[in-house]
Amino acid sequence: MNKQVTKQMVNIEINGKKLQVPQGTMVIEAADSAGMTIPRFCYHRKLSVAANCRMCLVDIEKMPKPVPACATPVTDGMKVLTHSAKALDAQKGVMEFLLINHPLDCPVCDQGGECDLQDTSMGFGLDRGRYHEPKRVLRDKDIGPLIATEMTRCIHCTRCVRFGQEIAGIMELGATGRGEHMRIGTYVERAVNSEMSGNVIDLCPVGALTSKPYRFHGRAWENIPIDSIAAHDCIGSNIHIEVRRNKVMRVLPRENNGINECWLSDRDRFSYTALDSDDRLTQPMIKQGDDWKAVDWPTALNYAVEGLKTVINKYDARHLGALVSPSSTLEEMYLLQKLMRGLGCDNIEHRLRQQDFSSDTASGAYPVLGLPVAELENLNAALLIGACIRKDQPIAAHRLRKAALKGANIMAINALDYDFNFPLAEMLVVSPADMLRSLAAICKVLMEEISSSEMPDGLSAILAAVEVNGTHRAIAHHLKSAEKAAVLIGTQAMSQNELAGIRALAGLIAESTNASLGSLSEGANALGAWLAGAVPHQGPGGATVENDKTAVLAKHLMACVLLNVEPELDCANASAAHDVVRHAEFVISMTSYMSENMKASADVLLPIAPFAETSGTLVNGAGDWQSFNGSCTPPGEARPGWKVLRVLGNLFELDGFEYLSSDEVRDELKVRCEGLELSPSGPWRCPSLDSGDGGLQRIGHLPMYAVDMLVRRAQPLQDTRDAIVAAIYLNAATAKRTGVANEDNVQAVQGSCSVSLPLVIDESIPDACVMIPVALEETSALGAAYGVIDLCK
Amino acid sequence: MMAQQKKTQSKRGLISEASKAEIDRWIAKYPPQQKRSAVMAALRIVQDQNKGHLSNDLKDAVAEYLDMPPIAVYEVATFYSMYELEAVGKHKICVCTNISCMLRGSDEIVAHLHKRLGIGLGETTRDGRITLKEVECLGACVEAPMFQIADQYHGNLTPEVVDEILDGLD
Ligand code: SF4
Ligand code: FES
Ligand code: FES
Repeated sequence: MNKQVTKQMVNIEINGKKLQVPQGTMVIEAADSAGMTIPRFCYHRKLSVAANCRMCLVDIEKMPKPVPACATPVTDGMKVLTHSAKALDAQKGVMEFLLINHPLDCPVCDQGGECDLQDTSMGFGLDRGRYHEPKRVLRDKDIGPLIATEMTRCIHCTRCVRFGQEIAGIMELGATGRGEHMRIGTYVERAVNSEMSGNVIDLCPVGALTSKPYRFHGRAWENIPIDSIAAHDCIGSNIHIEVRRNKVMRVLPRENNGINECWLSDRDRFSYTALDSDDRLTQPMIKQGDDWKAVDWPTALNYAVEGLKTVINKYDARHLGALVSPSSTLEEMYLLQKLMRGLGCDNIEHRLRQQDFSSDTASGAYPVLGLPVAELENLNAALLIGACIRKDQPIAAHRLRKAALKGANIMAINALDYDFNFPLAEMLVVSPADMLRSLAAICKVLMEEISSSEMPDGLSAILAAVEVNGTHRAIAHHLKSAEKAAVLIGTQAMSQNELAGIRALAGLIAESTNASLGSLSEGANALGAWLAGAVPHQGPGGATVENDKTAVLAKHLMACVLLNVEPELDCANASAAHDVVRHAEFVISMTSYMSENMKASADVLLPIAPFAETSGTLVNGAGDWQSFNGSCTPPGEARPGWKVLRVLGNLFELDGFEYLSSDEVRDELKVRCEGLELSPSGPWRCPSLDSGDGGLQRIGHLPMYAVDMLVRRAQPLQDTRDAIVAAIYLNAATAKRTGVANEDNVQAVQGSCSVSLPLVIDESIPDACVMIPVALEETSALGAAYGVIDLCK
Repeated sequence: MMAQQKKTQSKRGLISEASKAEIDRWIAKYPPQQKRSAVMAALRIVQDQNKGHLSNDLKDAVAEYLDMPPIAVYEVATFYSMYELEAVGKHKICVCTNISCMLRGSDEIVAHLHKRLGIGLGETTRDGRITLKEVECLGACVEAPMFQIADQYHGNLTPEVVDEILDGLD
């Protein structure tokens, strides 16, 4: 659209100060931009104007009555007085009315100290009440584990309602009743279910909606806000970690218009609740026989070094392997790979949920977004492939939603009928086995119908057999005709067996429509991991390394270093990964938490600090290097991972482990990454399109609140409805065909693995597919996230 | 997705075929993307179908039928006083007590109704026949005091006139 049209500027005067502002600006925005405060409750710059609280009344020359600054556009020559007797009188009057029904419970109200009503009443309220009649009282409703309600305090500004309609895209809160009976709520007892719901806590100007996990834990003025970066998705939302006496009290969004604006997803907001989970590891431990013994750091580190040396001597260094969480910091990843490579092995991997590594033969295939985060909202068309974007990258979904509402054609090809909170132009739900076929069909339209361009090797042969339907055509045309388009490969597609093929065809689609190609990668630092060299086939800064191109987890590893990884929950093939680790002779687990499985398979547990307690850097999909400091010191003996790795490097007497700060680590890597081309596409290899033997296909959906160690232990998030229950989900027809329709519990079998799970009939699952979520305890004995599966009674 | 979210049972079936046909007539009056504009009519229609009141399930059914979030339907249903959220009697007597009617003796009418029926405003007789409802000005001040039963206005009420009307109800 033509954003280029410069708006006409008008001259106005606020409190005698002359300003030039664009036509159409509201008086309140003009005042804000000049640093003059007008009191307000309902106005919020990211929401529509409701003008219902009337707190912002100002005095405008030639207007007989005070007018709301939030709903009055400027006109040339306008003279505004925000503090005249008339304005003050009006503001005081409104304040008194707002306080009529508001309880005087500030001492027990969580909002106290950061309450707009409290602050404004200090400035505009009377020092005594003149209202002696009974106040309105409302009963609270339970709206879920994240938001506490105290609706008697509500002043009906409707910010929370507008947030639902305009930002979250699902209206869950509303204003029912009218006049003095009006109330805000869900009307029927119902949990609010948006993945962005926590933002209403920030929006609510009073203490009606507050954070449930933080409730009664502290006062805003006691907390020290520390700048940090959220560590659960590839967007890298900016946050404030609020700390009191070395304890993380809560997490709030930090405004960054290029990334998360003023919003934050619930996952990023509430994951901190896992920091003091009972199973935090606070002491180095070593295994003695079957017992675990808490030891001091030197003992544990020496034990670890000896263990690795023994394996190297007995086999060789190529029998070592390291698995690192894709949400680890850049520094941890860089040092871990430096350590491994220093010892003589390239077996380091962060792509734990990926199964197809066939494009590792060439460089490229970086998990970049392909455009800045903020640009997502300026797209005219986008094709999402295997992306549950709303749950996996809520902020990216919000940006795309804005694009969609401006008329962009957002389209999706998914293995599941994911919910979108914006209109989709086209949507295909296909079995994972048919994903390539669908992409090929779009290619066919583009290459044969729209332009007859030269086809890459082997493509015309496979396209001959591909059938094209109207949806394929529409997708191709929308992408082709868009001025700015993007093809995005989602987190869910990245675990599919055909990833290289998907990427090849997606790349072709992007290329022939002039769209950008990108990924919505898993974890918070997948791109950082590539840059740091936490992949077996590339060193830091894309350096080429000679290796045998076998996937790390497919190797016979004799010693294993894990960095914040629970293999049975964090890997695409849970049981295979678990086996690799179990069969290794020596396992070092650098971890923030411990678990029974870890105790069973590891030999040394080294307590390291999770994101809030360490300094480090995360690189988001858009390539922004965002560094942060630790917000508090880790509990007990736990230490930042980069320091532990530095000492390990020293103990092995490797060169180049003399860093004094994590910044030095980052800067060293930064130099190595200079000028690096981050190509999103992999090598062209024509995919084959046989969709298997027609057996059942597993869809190993990754639930949003199971993505990493920390989130899995955040109880409030686990209590939401987005915490998907472990079960076997399939549609009625498929259940009938497999003869399990009448069972309550069904055995899912993948090769030699099997588990028994409850059966849930869900018509949104495509035919011949079975959805069994990954990353859950109950499904961790199963095999590959995607691939064939059998069901039996 | 999915299991937990989409699979709430469909309630569309609660709307009778006749009501659906009538709602469709209203939907047709608005542009296709704005079928939610028919929400007020739809609520009235299903209220009539349901012996004069709206259950939560019916509100959900309307939400589903018009592609609206349920809460948006609840907002409308609770805003307008002519939607009944609780069961009402077979006859709903809406007594105006606003200024003109009050000046012309609506208090007396209310007292008389109370005496005859044994119920106050906002209550329903034990046998479920009659509900008394207090309403604001119905725009019939010329005939104050007045009340409304079904689609009928009854004006210039006196206790005698009231008795006559009550006796005439089935
Ligand atoms: S709950 Fe808070 S945000 Fe919502 S209307 Fe009330 S005061 Fe406003
Ligand atoms: S801020 Fe202007 S009316 Fe509420
Ligand atoms: S006041 Fe009763 S009809 Fe107008």
